[in-house]
Amino acid sequence: MTVETIEPAVEPRALVRARQRRWFWLEVALVIVCALLLLLVIPAILNAVGQGVRVNQLGRFLALAIAALGIDLIWGYTGLLSLGHGIFFALGGYALAMHLELQAKGGGTPDFFSLYGVTELPAFWQPFNSLPFTIIAIWLIPTLVAIALGYLVFRNRIRGVYFSILTQAALIVFFNFFNGQQKLINGTNGLKTSTSPIFGVQASDPRAQAIFYALSVVFLVLGYAFCRWLTSGRMGRMLVAIRDDEPRVRFSGYNPTWFKVFVFAVSAALAGIAGALFTVQSGIITPSSSLSTAFSIEMVIWVAVGGRATLVGAIFGTLLVNFARTLLSEQFPAVWLFFQGALFLSVVTILPNGIIGWLRGDGFALARSLFGGRHPIATYPSLETDPDVEYERQNSRD
Amino acid sequence: MSDKILEIEHLTVSFDGFKAISDLNFSLDAGELRVVIGPNGAGKTTFMDVITGKTKPTAGKVHFKGKDILPYREHEIAQMGIGRKFQTPRVYLKLTPRENLELSCVRQKNLWSALRGKASSEERRTVSDLLETIGLTRRADIPAELLSHGEKQRLEIGMLVAQSPDLLLVDEPVAGLTDEETEAVGNLLLQLAETHSIMVIEHDMEFVRQIARKVTVLHQGTVLCEGSMDEVQNDPRVIEVYLGKEDEDH
Repeated sequence: MTVETIEPAVEPRALVRARQRRWFWLEVALVIVCALLLLLVIPAILNAVGQGVRVNQLGRFLALAIAALGIDLIWGYTGLLSLGHGIFFALGGYALAMHLELQAKGGGTPDFFSLYGVTELPAFWQPFNSLPFTIIAIWLIPTLVAIALGYLVFRNRIRGVYFSILTQAALIVFFNFFNGQQKLINGTNGLKTSTSPIFGVQASDPRAQAIFYALSVVFLVLGYAFCRWLTSGRMGRMLVAIRDDEPRVRFSGYNPTWFKVFVFAVSAALAGIAGALFTVQSGIITPSSSLSTAFSIEMVIWVAVGGRATLVGAIFGTLLVNFARTLLSEQFPAVWLFFQGALFLSVVTILPNGIIGWLRGDGFALARSLFGGRHPIATYPSLETDPDVEYERQNSRD
Repeated sequence: MSDKILEIEHLTVSFDGFKAISDLNFSLDAGELRVVIGPNGAGKTTFMDVITGKTKPTAGKVHFKGKDILPYREHEIAQMGIGRKFQTPRVYLKLTPRENLELSCVRQKNLWSALRGKASSEERRTVSDLLETIGLTRRADIPAELLSHGEKQRLEIGMLVAQSPDLLLVDEPVAGLTDEETEAVGNLLLQLAETHSIMVIEHDMEFVRQIARKVTVLHQGTVLCEGSMDEVQNDPRVIEVYLGKEDEDH
């Protein structure tokens, strides 16, 4: 018996392009709707039902989601597992906190310095008096640190688990520095931002907090759009190629070092912005909150839970894990850590592609077959619509 | 001198005292199709590693188009015009054949051109012509991980050509292919040989007979003999180390 193979017709490019354009505008519309919901509807609802405190939590978690986008870029797309992104988060957070500490005293030496007998403001604090400088420093300092660290690491072809260990070691170096230097940055006590004036009111004032909430939403949308643009073009394909077979990339004539330095720097800038927005909404930044190893590992967990290399998954995972933590630790303070461990384990073992990854793959197929649709074609049409294979499928069902 | 595309003199590579290649001399004319054969452990793959910059030799000279290429790294040598196909097909599995070819085809391989992103219409035409040549037009937009082994082999050869190198190094292109596919790859290589210099490493003697004009036999890291297929096959030393054993196996 001869097997007839049905080859798929090659779809005209114009049709493909028209469909891609439709999906693009659909996504733009969805993002705008989500942003408007977050900006206008959700805070109003939460305030109306007397859950105003949740708005602040949501704002902080949205800030964390910006950092998660960076983790997804570097880990999900490029395959570099960084366990030290707390460094960049803290650098951004401290930059803004230093500016606000100075504002609290109208540009004078902050109070805590007198505890350690420091009467003159350390020189590196001076430029943080200026708001424009601070706004640039929030993302530029993490970027420069990432370029320096990344260049040395990637140039020497440090990869895989060695890269992870190295970033974690760097994190501990930063932690010890920030934690130990009372006379420079108040050491383990961290920097307070809540009592400082900003936008003409105190930073802890609801009006200022509403602005920070809105800024978190805006930067999350901008960050998402930027990452989406970056990963959908040729750059995104380069990153995937580096993740899947880096030596092959070299023999194709590319130097992967610069691509990796670039993506490391972008993710550091995102973490810096996240750190600044998180700090002003928390009211304080300390070394143990921002530079602990646990915090940097948690960032990775958010992305793993949501789904690597999906971007949406990074945001979704961050909100899910953090709200789960908040709600569960309010109800059952003793067992939250067990929940977190169970969540991570079950995602790794049952949904290795994360929640969004599952929804896009098996979940989508399941939904289609539940509503009576055909199982979507995953391999060749010639294979899946093969009459023999179809016959086998029909007859092996019962 | 100038019509030699590749010249290698007194090349020695040793790993912890073990000489994978010892005092090897080799040269390839521009436009030549050469097949390199040799038993396992003869140093064939190490030889390619040296030419492409993956392994640095202990001693010796490697000149490509008259230029010493030993100080350069892999991507620089690739940009100079040496393309390499690996033993097992190495394509980017999560990308489609079209995207695989586009990545190889781009002329400006730096960060900025990757950020600017769009393929020029000329590049798009090159890619679709190549897809036609390697027979993957209908598979152009599915992930490469779904391709069969033979299709991946052809795709990787396509990626090599997309780089438009002057010299193609092809390591066992027909390993694991059916007879039909082997012949298709052979014809593809013969077609490419009209415009490129090619060096093929191969085990499959049927295939070597199909494409070979001149054959080099490596043994224990050095050149045992060189000549046409007939000359090599009748050389008693070659029969002893290589072909003789093959015949016993059959």
